[in-house]
Amino acid sequence: MAERGVLVEGLRAYRLIAGMWVRSSMTYRTSFVVTVVGNLTVTGLDFVGILLMFSQVDSLGGWSLPEVAFLYGLSVTAFGIADLVLGSMDVLGARMRDGSFDTLLVRPVPVLAQVGADRFALRRLGRITQGAVVLGWALVSVDVDWTVPKVLLVPVMVVSGAAIFSAVFVAGAAFQIFAQDAAEVQNAFTYGGTTLLQYPPAVFGKDLVRGVTFMVPLAFVNWVPAAHVLGRPYPIGLPPWAAFASPLVAVACCVLAGAAWRVGLRSYRSTGS
Amino acid sequence: MGSGRLYAAVAAGGFRRYATYRAATVAGVFTNTVFGVILVYTYLALWDEKPHLGGYDQAQAVTYVWLGQCLYATLAIQGGGAEKDLMERIRTGEIAVDLYRPADLQLWWLAGDVGRALFQMLGRGVIPFAFGALFFPMALPTSVTPWAAFVVTLLLATVVSFAIRYLAALSVFWLMDGMGVNQVLMVTGIFFSGMVLPLNAFPGIFGEVVRVLPWAAQLQMPADVLMGETDPLRAFVFQAAWAVALLAAGRLLQSAATRRVVVQGG
Repeated sequence: MAERGVLVEGLRAYRLIAGMWVRSSMTYRTSFVVTVVGNLTVTGLDFVGILLMFSQVDSLGGWSLPEVAFLYGLSVTAFGIADLVLGSMDVLGARMRDGSFDTLLVRPVPVLAQVGADRFALRRLGRITQGAVVLGWALVSVDVDWTVPKVLLVPVMVVSGAAIFSAVFVAGAAFQIFAQDAAEVQNAFTYGGTTLLQYPPAVFGKDLVRGVTFMVPLAFVNWVPAAHVLGRPYPIGLPPWAAFASPLVAVACCVLAGAAWRVGLRSYRSTGS
Repeated sequence: MGSGRLYAAVAAGGFRRYATYRAATVAGVFTNTVFGVILVYTYLALWDEKPHLGGYDQAQAVTYVWLGQCLYATLAIQGGGAEKDLMERIRTGEIAVDLYRPADLQLWWLAGDVGRALFQMLGRGVIPFAFGALFFPMALPTSVTPWAAFVVTLLLATVVSFAIRYLAALSVFWLMDGMGVNQVLMVTGIFFSGMVLPLNAFPGIFGEVVRVLPWAAQLQMPADVLMGETDPLRAFVFQAAWAVALLAAGRLLQSAATRRVVVQGG
């Protein structure tokens, strides 16, 4: 009961704080429009990079352009959602350094909601839009015999993927409580992760693939389930049901990240400034 | 002579300021190394399909990746150098203090940014590059001359990179908020510098165009000079021409901007 109360309260606070940041970003209208367009293009150019590669070759690691676009669309859309919801968590280290994190602690609102909604930026819809467009194109151009489970797997991948990336953001925030200035390490897993997942697993070394399957299970965002949809072998030896394990992996990641966040919060020591 | 010492002191200040954040530097080294590894594998797959793409062999493509990671922070390719502070100072009005100083505004910020670049190079750039050289086959010159020419192109690249970002920062005099411009800097910086793909590998007319834009002076030129893919003199002229043109444009914009500064009392 109490847990549920905290959740409702957290969501409400999140909505209020996010709304405040949306209004604040609307103050400078031109700048806001430029940021939305900029966000769309900055992520779009990622894909232009892939298109440029395919202007020179017909396949990458044995995967065709629609197949790579399928991976790309899933990775970017899932990451985009997590980035919209929790993407400002990398300012946490700065907040601890300048002491403003202490202000968040004394407010009667869950800290995670405050940190997550901090500097909420609507411009991040740009990335989701762009990812969804590429995903849509990939879905119609990829050569797949669509069955009901395969069709259902697509939204499942996006939602589980967003949850997995969100867990990475929260775990990264917990890490910042200990490492403060080292906020950038989390970029290696968030931005690095979404970049990695845009390319076929066949491109990477087996150890790297093993690492993102079992250590930081990003492979469940798209590599593993997408391999099933495309009728390709799993990147590494996994049981056949692994393609449908993404929601379970996502839940496990969120539980672990939540636990890490609580541990981090409890061991926080203010700088006193 | 006196003013030379002033700018040297500003540069030293820029260096020390960034050197203060040791944990952040270590984190940056880690992140650049991870990105380097991801990119190297994709490039190897690409060059596997099409050997000699853009005139590079595989070892050269690998070298290009690690040089990109090395210069990423050094040249603030996606922004985040002096221009960020400058924008904030314009937005808050603190720029009035800078204008009041008996120093040249552009040189002042250039000096600070050069200090920053030097630290980012030593603190953040060298280790990922060395990591790459250790674990992947690279095409590095064994004689002194290409390395010496490489150092010169790096200096020129630093100035061009600053000049681009300075122009962007001045736009805040009109826009009042730097968020949008920062985005544009990021997009153009990453893409046109060749962080996604070497500019040499861009196809057709599009490739011809991107190779003469100022961003080509940032990563492509130093890479080609280091690997002996271009005549160093040609690279120097290209970079210096852009540096002069962009700095001059910065001066023009600066005088236009400072004429219309209105500082609010407070």
